[in-house]
Amino acid sequence: MAEYLIKNGFVFDPVLGIKGDKADVAIKNGKIVETTALGSPKVIDAAGKTVMAGGVDIHAHVAGPKVNIGRNFRPEDKLFGYKARSGIERMQGGFSVPTTIRTGYNYARMGYTTVMEAAMPPLYARHTHEEMRDTPILDQGAYPVFGNNWFVLEYLKNHEIENAAAYIAWLLRATKGYAVKVVNPGGTEAWGWGLNCENIHDPVPYFDITPAQIVKGLIEANEHLGLPHSMHVHANNLGNPGNYTTTLDTFKLSEGIKPNSKFGRDQVMHHTHVQFHSYGGDSWVNVESKAKEIMDYVNSHENITIDMGQVTLDETTTMTADGPFEHHLTELNHLKWANADVELETGSGVVPYVYSPNIKVCAIQWAIGLELALFAKDPMRIFITTDHPNAGPFIRYPRVIKWLMSTEAREQQFDAFKHKDKVIDATNLAGIDRELNLYEIAQMTRAGPAKALGLAHMYGGLAPGLEADVAVYDFNPNEPYAPDEIETAFLNAEHLFKTGVQVVRDHNIASNGNKRTLWVNAKVDENPQVMRDVREKFLRYYTVTLNNYEVTGHYLPNPYVIEVDATE
Amino acid sequence: METVTLTIKNQPDLFLEADTITPDAFAGKKIEEIADLHVYVGREQHRLGDFFEISGKAGATPEETKIVVNGDLSRVKYIGMKMTAGEVVVNGNADMYVGAWMQGGKITVNGDVDAFAGTGMKGGELIIKGNAGNYLGAAYRGDWRGMQAGTITVTGNAGSDIGTFMNGGEIVIGGDVDVHVATHAEGGRIIIKGNAKSRLGGQMVEGEIYVLGSIDLMMPGFAYREDVDVDVDGIKGRFALYEGDLGERHRKRKGQTIYAKLYQRIEA
Repeated sequence: MAEYLIKNGFVFDPVLGIKGDKADVAIKNGKIVETTALGSPKVIDAAGKTVMAGGVDIHAHVAGPKVNIGRNFRPEDKLFGYKARSGIERMQGGFSVPTTIRTGYNYARMGYTTVMEAAMPPLYARHTHEEMRDTPILDQGAYPVFGNNWFVLEYLKNHEIENAAAYIAWLLRATKGYAVKVVNPGGTEAWGWGLNCENIHDPVPYFDITPAQIVKGLIEANEHLGLPHSMHVHANNLGNPGNYTTTLDTFKLSEGIKPNSKFGRDQVMHHTHVQFHSYGGDSWVNVESKAKEIMDYVNSHENITIDMGQVTLDETTTMTADGPFEHHLTELNHLKWANADVELETGSGVVPYVYSPNIKVCAIQWAIGLELALFAKDPMRIFITTDHPNAGPFIRYPRVIKWLMSTEAREQQFDAFKHKDKVIDATNLAGIDRELNLYEIAQMTRAGPAKALGLAHMYGGLAPGLEADVAVYDFNPNEPYAPDEIETAFLNAEHLFKTGVQVVRDHNIASNGNKRTLWVNAKVDENPQVMRDVREKFLRYYTVTLNNYEVTGHYLPNPYVIEVDATE
Repeated sequence: METVTLTIKNQPDLFLEADTITPDAFAGKKIEEIADLHVYVGREQHRLGDFFEISGKAGATPEETKIVVNGDLSRVKYIGMKMTAGEVVVNGNADMYVGAWMQGGKITVNGDVDAFAGTGMKGGELIIKGNAGNYLGAAYRGDWRGMQAGTITVTGNAGSDIGTFMNGGEIVIGGDVDVHVATHAEGGRIIIKGNAKSRLGGQMVEGEIYVLGSIDLMMPGFAYREDVDVDVDGIKGRFALYEGDLGERHRKRKGQTIYAKLYQRIEA
């Protein structure tokens, strides 16, 4: 493979602790190496430019059945947005629910190289893998959802952690999944009865288990296995005024639990899109930010990581396995609604949404997301996301970076709000003058998520031995700049290397890369009871047989298996 | 006002997507530059001048630009799309999407138009001297933002699904219409001077439909309220007033539920 030397760039790398100093980055055989290891490399002149590791997205909805429902039922999302095939680039379309091809290219253009699909219904794992397979360039993995799964509910009701762990290991292998995802624990199952679980002690109908038992049990099972990533939760009561208490209650379920993982993570709970979970007040009239209260907790508890779920003020498509929430949303905005039930496992809903700067609540949501990041003491534990496409499309990450780095940019946005004064009253943001620097941005978009995923041995930094995922941005941090120049630079990486292959050259897609699908193979002791339960449930309830369920070889042409030994 | 005249000289093998035939695209350009504007046949890009003889002169701004298009345009789509000002006269039949998403100015078609004319229209005036196809003044597929404002006048008949998701503006049909009128509409006014078939106002939230002729079958979601005298837009007479769609959500104003209104003429 080609050798590259990226010379004289301003390097921001939390792994090596480089904070914008001039340094060279050497690439050989797909890995970062010492510069002395190079023979006759191709030299990339990065003088006056910003160099970082490839971005890592810990939470985005980019592949699978609900994303495709979004694509299918929103032809208007593609209107006027097509781009014809040109050179190496295949045809692209869509904005908030882009085609797989555009997903890969647009992440690459932003300098991202690893993207995790945040919610995979196990029954539709094959579909999810087919779409990931068709997404160029990116390394990807998918999180199967466990929080409303009948096996899990039955095992955890009796606190059978070993059985739950054995089932998780089996399901990760069957679906080629990466981590344990929980969406509205118990609530989506309750939705099958037309109900919901609005707090962590609200019992699930029929199963007679509470969300608290589900979350705590899954954390314990996750640590029993020692998986690379922690339990990854979207808590109950998303998107409702006053829900921050539910969020704090959910956080507290992790108290006293220490990580058991040889993959280097420090957290036992990753709470996703916390912006949607940080609301005070008791109605949309008096909704207010509780970002301070949320971050006070996060800042003082090392075993939690979070991501933002930043509202970007766009027209977008919401989609989640939180079925009851999507019904709530369609009742609010009267736009079209899709709902799906996934047999014994989960459900989902999809509704378009317009986050308008003229609507007070949308502006408050925007402020809350930014407050989370600006109140954070440790940028290694809070990550930039938009819960793509729920709070906005991922293509806005550079805009989020701009808002985080510039009070001027935030003031411009405040001035564009119709209800500016009311928004300022209901939030803290106007009083925050913190501006994040590029090192902190690298922590929030590279090193932090890589570490939380248990992938610090591969991604997130520029230390020799790591994968050669390197982005070069046309941005000189030492020269004065207008806020918009941040967004422009991070939207258009000048060069991007993925595992040593140059996939973006001079701002253009140069290669469709060599994408890999990551999955976790956790070995556990034989568990005849769980295997009997699996066979029985498939015989009695599932519409498919086991043979039509498991994700087999050709769905992952280029798999990357992470082995975990959890045998006694 | 300056005038540019386009006369079709070569018919496309498939259909010509000519969203560049607008005063906005032409304004301030020389005739050679107008001939170089892009049009598509399938996925192939061509020049406007490959298909049209172009003469005359464009104005400096869209407001000062008039376009006259001559010939058989039944394979030409998107004439006047997104135009904001100026005038377009089509002498012949045109294909789909005439005046789609137009925001201002005036389009006159001396002939028939196919489906989706005035889709998502936000303003301006669309006059069709012949017949219109389906989805006149409707929303784009999947979208909930149909015609917002402006006026559409059709001398002849219109097809089905006119005014789907209409939110404002006015559609006047001189002749008859096919099924589905103002489905999902939340505003606006549709006047049908001829006869209607069935499914008028399905899932309609707000807005008005006037039918001067017959209605084959009334939606069960519309309830007869009373007979009223109407004098709107030159339409005078005694009308039966129905309200609906009773199965849809409706907002309240001063304690009163606001329904969509359907007026059918009893006598002139």
